[in-house]
Amino acid sequence: MSAGPVPASLARDRRPPLLRLLAMARPLRGRLLGAAAAGAAATGCGTALLALSGFLLARASQHPPILAISVAVVAVRALSVGRGVSRYLERLASHDVAFRVLGQVRLAIWRRLEALAPGGVAVFRSGDLLTRLVSDVDATQDLFIRGVTPLLAAALVGGAAVTACLFILAPAAGVLAAGLLTAGIVVPLAGAVAARKAARAAAPARGKLAASVTELLDGAADLHAFGAADAALADADATDAELTQADRRTATACALGAGLMSAVTGLTVWAVLLLGVAATGAGSLSRVPLAVLTLTALAAFEAVTALPAAAIQLGQARVAASRIALVTDLPDPVREPSRPRPLPPGPFGIQLRNATVVYPPGGPPALDRVSLDLPPGRRVALIGANGAGKSTVAAVLMRLRELTAGTALLNGHDLASYAADDVRSVISGCPQDPHLFDATIGDNLRLAKPGACDEELDAAAARARLLPWIASLPQGWDTPVGTRGAAVSGGERQRLALARAFLASPPLLILDEPTAHMDPPARRALTADLLAATEGRAVLLITHDLDGLDQVDEIVVLDHGRVTERGCHRQLRHAGGPYQRLREGLGEGGS
Amino acid sequence: MRAADPRLLRHARAARTCLILAVLLGLAVTGLIVAQAALLARALAAAALGTGGRALAGTLLLLLGVVAARAVAAYGGEAAALRAAARVKSQLRRKLIGHCLRLAPAAADGPRPGQVGAQATRGLDGLDPYFARYLPQLVLSVLVPAAVVATVIATDWVSGVVIAVTLPLIPLFAALVGLHTKAATRRQWRLLAQLGGHFLDVVQGLPTLKAFGRAKFQEGVIATVTSEHRSAAMATLRIAFLSALVLELSAALATALVAVETGLRLLYGHLPYQAALLVLLLTPEAYLPLRAVAAQYHASAEGTAAAETIFAILDTPLPARAVRGTAVTGTAVTGTAVRGTAPPGAAAPVPDLRSATISLAGVTVAYPGSDRPALDGLNLDIGPGELIALIGASGTGKSTALRLLLRFVDAGSGIARAGGTDLAAIPAGQWRAQIAWVPQHPRLFQGSVADNISLGQPRASRAAIMDAARLAGAAAFVEALPHGYDTPLDEQAARLSAGERQQLALARAFLRDAPLLLLDEPTAHLAPDAAAAIDDAIRGPLAGRTIIVATHRVPGLAGASQVITVGGDRRAEPASRPASPLAGAVIR
Repeated sequence: MSAGPVPASLARDRRPPLLRLLAMARPLRGRLLGAAAAGAAATGCGTALLALSGFLLARASQHPPILAISVAVVAVRALSVGRGVSRYLERLASHDVAFRVLGQVRLAIWRRLEALAPGGVAVFRSGDLLTRLVSDVDATQDLFIRGVTPLLAAALVGGAAVTACLFILAPAAGVLAAGLLTAGIVVPLAGAVAARKAARAAAPARGKLAASVTELLDGAADLHAFGAADAALADADATDAELTQADRRTATACALGAGLMSAVTGLTVWAVLLLGVAATGAGSLSRVPLAVLTLTALAAFEAVTALPAAAIQLGQARVAASRIALVTDLPDPVREPSRPRPLPPGPFGIQLRNATVVYPPGGPPALDRVSLDLPPGRRVALIGANGAGKSTVAAVLMRLRELTAGTALLNGHDLASYAADDVRSVISGCPQDPHLFDATIGDNLRLAKPGACDEELDAAAARARLLPWIASLPQGWDTPVGTRGAAVSGGERQRLALARAFLASPPLLILDEPTAHMDPPARRALTADLLAATEGRAVLLITHDLDGLDQVDEIVVLDHGRVTERGCHRQLRHAGGPYQRLREGLGEGGS
Repeated sequence: MRAADPRLLRHARAARTCLILAVLLGLAVTGLIVAQAALLARALAAAALGTGGRALAGTLLLLLGVVAARAVAAYGGEAAALRAAARVKSQLRRKLIGHCLRLAPAAADGPRPGQVGAQATRGLDGLDPYFARYLPQLVLSVLVPAAVVATVIATDWVSGVVIAVTLPLIPLFAALVGLHTKAATRRQWRLLAQLGGHFLDVVQGLPTLKAFGRAKFQEGVIATVTSEHRSAAMATLRIAFLSALVLELSAALATALVAVETGLRLLYGHLPYQAALLVLLLTPEAYLPLRAVAAQYHASAEGTAAAETIFAILDTPLPARAVRGTAVTGTAVTGTAVRGTAPPGAAAPVPDLRSATISLAGVTVAYPGSDRPALDGLNLDIGPGELIALIGASGTGKSTALRLLLRFVDAGSGIARAGGTDLAAIPAGQWRAQIAWVPQHPRLFQGSVADNISLGQPRASRAAIMDAARLAGAAAFVEALPHGYDTPLDEQAARLSAGERQQLALARAFLRDAPLLLLDEPTAHLAPDAAAAIDDAIRGPLAGRTIIVATHRVPGLAGASQVITVGGDRRAEPASRPASPLAGAVIR
């Protein structure tokens, strides 16, 4: 389960994104070099095999004693075996390295997202996020298999081939060097530049398509009901056309590289042959070195055949890396202290003083000078219209959002001086619109307290009035809830979230609209249950339900981020303020 | 080893011209390779005898021409093949998306959206090597070795026989190893797809995970899943690359065998130098296409596995109503499949909901895979202009009743009719054109606030949109947004509260010019005064429409012409007006 060290922090790094990705492979450079060496050995064996075969034939055609070619005969066979074996080793080693790097990139990105969520992540469409993380991160894998290893191997083999030719005919070696450099650097770069434009168009189109598919299918019921499915499908088709257009441009770029590569290879071999034939005519070169020279030149190009693909790969990886950086370079929604204050032993008390949150910057304040006291054992209900800032109070207390002004104190010390995770171990509970994971009911509950025994699960579920429902299911606790909890109803989802909060049982419980989607009798019962179950503990209850609020110690009414009324039920119910109006609007419920 | 999936080939037909062109150009390249080898051998042999450059000018010029032609053919072949791939991918993608959209509303556990998104992009990109490299190479792998072997036999029959005997070993090995890797590759792809869904799930649940201090723990899970993926993939690759090893070894050994054998015969004067050189240069070319096709087969295995997943989704039958010719999504864009299956005249005329009565008698709905009916024996008559409240505990089927009226599900048993016509025989698209719906979890889409409100009424005027928003109580917060009604919405409108989202969905439903309004817990997230405003709207400006509200709130019941308890006693409470004669007749 150990995550292993992540070498480079992705956050706030000023290096180009591609370099940051490459830097992540630093702990694996031994494996990477091993893969490159094996690749060089494989290509080297292939080149030597053809060159040596040329020597064998040319020497044999001079009809020497058989001893003169016997070493070559043995060497040719050895090289043919060596070539296959080292190619096998290279493939295994490079894929292994690629998967390992991939694991590190995934983790680094998750860590970053974990710091950003939810404020930082919500600005992205999650379908787009998915492509970013699956497609862009997987491109890292190709970066090492097709981008880095072949480049290193080609440099080694090309250098060796040119050196060998230098001993035979210097001008021909010069031509070969020029040809290899053109085929290994100029052609791939030209192809990559052409492919980069296409990749720039393709990557966003791909992200857009995946996002629109996710949106389309998530909202399929709404689209069908409102007769908008065809229009949405036409939009997706238009995005598909964009992506196909980009694919076509990539095709042309790839093909251009293939054509140029073939031309450079052919021309170089042709020029080497021309020089060799001229030297032979002049009597300065005999048939054996001529054959070796020509066949070496012919075979040496095997080393650079993979490089156009490698360059395109590097180009695509660069685009992917900069899109990854777009996510990872977002500013942190909250500042973590460099030396977090250790949590006091408890009991815990919270104070908000003139807490103000302006989000987005320049907009109207979501919270405007709100003060709130939650000493141990005190229960406070936060009520008000939608958008009044109730959930922002919860986000501030759970260290998901930073205050723009004012203070938040935990046991007298600034909330921001504690580690955010420590704060959330004290202040937590049931978020608005809780997420159900695609797992069983049991797993979804247990995530609040992984070590919980079955009795604890039962107890938490019972307090959330969930147990009869679970007992009625054929698979019981092992029933899958489906994607985003699609297989359970809204009320059951809410109870499950509440059971989670009861199971986690933090010292300060925040319940954000725990009774949405429930019927009135169940609401009243649940409110009564949760108030009974939280005796002696600090609770912040965010609710629209005004029943049972006579039991809480303080009722705070928010409107447009401001506290418009506060006090206990007894003080407020006939005060003629917003609380009384809200209750009368409700007709005292059914109570 | 299945050389080519027939279903993929059927899609390849769309790109037939491009594929044929790619194969023809591949053949041209082969011819040019043979010509180049022959010219090289002639030049080297002639030079060996002391012939100078001048005498070889013709050969060298010819060689230059061959080099140029080869470059052009290489460009053309690659371009044609990749374009073919792009075309096939686009076709498959559109089919997949259209089919999933038709499947989605009926199935509670259909294909996961994130997974389909990944399949439609990265999954299908795996088909590039299949169409661009593997398919043309498959044809060439038969033609090229034949051409090369013929040339070699014509030059030196002994070497020709050596090649002809060793060549068949390659497809044999490929078949043997392919048999072993196929299942493993498929497993690996499933694992990868799972990982895609897993990641979307945990990212969406990140706030929840953070609330319980479990986000850091997920690092461990992701590390484990990734490392499991690596182990599985490496185990597959060790076998897959073994086949490449065997292929490379047999090709390289055969080349060495030919080199040594021609060398020895050359030594004893049984073979001319030029012929020996030609054989040496051509021998690797005989093995190359077979080695390449094997490599491409493995490179494209991921793509074909992805294609199989996609075909499995495409093979999921649409719900019965679509087959009966009632198009789920009209016919405008990709409706060919639905249109094609419609037996002419099978669809019943669409009852006008402004005057028709809907009667449900003993209607039961069960979702596949669940033995507990989601809706059990509902009796209900809905007259035009009525306000009906559906109440009952959570999970008793209120939402399912609304989904039945929306024709997302059909009645398993019992009778559901509108204006005397069986609901299941009415074309769903035209039926739904008369309905507006506020689901429990309404979705907001990319686009502006105004676009979202006018989802079901795309040509609505700004004034009408604003009226609907005002009626839903959304006007105040919308006007406070940075660009008012033109403010773009993020996915799930992250910056809006649950109540605001619900108010937008209400505005969307109010705006739609539909005689039947279905409201599923329309005020669950609303503050009491906002909820009261909705109640007023229902009883006031909207009173002319037929309205069905699934609700928990007692005030919402005031003014209802019928209050029906769903589930529980399994019987509708006595209706406030006599049941329709039709319902009586049907129930007996």
